[in-house]
Amino acid sequence: MILNFQHNQSAHCENGVTSNLLKYYGINLSEPMVFGIGAGIFFSHMPFIKLNGMPVTSFRPLPGMIFKRVTRRLGLTIERVKFSNPEMAMSELDKVLLSGTPVGMLVGVFNLSYFPDAYRFHFNAHNLVAFGKENNQYHISDPVMESIEFLNSEDLKRVRYAKGTYPPKGRMYYIKDVPKNINIEKAIYAGIKNASKDMLTIPLPMFGVKGIDYLANKMQNWENKLGERKASHYLGQVIRMMEEIGTGGAGFRFIYAAFLQESADIINKPELKQLSSEMTQIGDKWREFSVNAARNCKGRGDKVTYTELSQMLKNIAKSERTIFTQLKQIIK
Amino acid sequence: MKKDNVPQDEGFLGGKTRDVCYALDENGNYVQVLSVGWEPKNAALEQALNLVNEQIEDAREKVLKGQASPIFYFMEKNLMDLKILSQYTGISKWKIKRHFKPAKFIKLKDNVYKKYADTFNISVDELTNFTKHQKL
Repeated sequence: MILNFQHNQSAHCENGVTSNLLKYYGINLSEPMVFGIGAGIFFSHMPFIKLNGMPVTSFRPLPGMIFKRVTRRLGLTIERVKFSNPEMAMSELDKVLLSGTPVGMLVGVFNLSYFPDAYRFHFNAHNLVAFGKENNQYHISDPVMESIEFLNSEDLKRVRYAKGTYPPKGRMYYIKDVPKNINIEKAIYAGIKNASKDMLTIPLPMFGVKGIDYLANKMQNWENKLGERKASHYLGQVIRMMEEIGTGGAGFRFIYAAFLQESADIINKPELKQLSSEMTQIGDKWREFSVNAARNCKGRGDKVTYTELSQMLKNIAKSERTIFTQLKQIIK
Repeated sequence: MKKDNVPQDEGFLGGKTRDVCYALDENGNYVQVLSVGWEPKNAALEQALNLVNEQIEDAREKVLKGQASPIFYFMEKNLMDLKILSQYTGISKWKIKRHFKPAKFIKLKDNVYKKYADTFNISVDELTNFTKHQKL
């Protein structure tokens, strides 16, 4: 049984799954629109949480938030379940699929056979959709892949029960009911409000625009504190978080710019076009930071000082503070 | 970023897929552009992979010198840590630590070898006859 499901590639897996599932129910929202309504733009730097022994820097909210927020803001009814028993997780999946519903799932990428090898580490917050099953092969729409993929039930079970940090535990989710009238304008307002609030007002130094300044201040001392080699690894991790599969470039800043551009017409606020192009410039600044930081990762001559890199981040923080303050004003 | 400036620097995607980037077309509208990679992020990923490979190589040497058991090597090779290995095998962390000791490792029961070998996706022989499969 194979559902008539359209696979569209996207930059980020959760955006892609959400957008593709919505399209199946006739709600035509692009990846940037899903991302913006779900307030996917964020920043946090948490030196006390380590990944591969290095501090975590993130450009997005917690996994699962985008799907949750978008479906809530559009008034959809969804189901999210996880299972302690893998067999039950697989039979439930089949049951829901058979009822004609495409199913989103949280999986680990380490054992995901079709994934590029260099990206197969123990990361457990990847999303994909199963939309059919034939001869024990599941038809998989993985938003970061260019085409449709296939997994047999053993392989699918393995990735649904990956181990490590935040194990997916067979988590699956799907849309149960779609209301007749959907108010996209309202959802856009809610998304922008949510994003500017998260970027500007969380009263802790690690989050939002403040988090960028916080990282800048820490970064200034990395080389003195950690030595050249370790400091460059810390930088490498920041670049990977910002640019790796899924961010659409510059830590989601370009996707957000695309969202502002598309929203300008929908909610009839031409000012958003202007802010979109400012957001593009901010994205370019993040990319310039990556170019410079990467010079230190290569361990050759022409290095940039950590003070210069830190200064670049402070400039970015300043621009982001301005833009989110303006966004907050516009949608008031 | 403009559409024409989306970098195409061959990286680590191995031809399996390409990255979606968002960039501006000639009319200033955002569009999706596929990219095979970008030099700065290739550099960052290469750096991370080199670090991992160094750790794997260190582990291999330790095993060959008799300072650690093959379990330690295969844990590193599968990018696992004690916690992940413990979750996959169902063997407690402190027991695994003891199994890292070569003297303890050779005395393990067959079903324990099997558990580790299955987790690492290798045969029991590859686990227990390490030197046969690994060159100096």
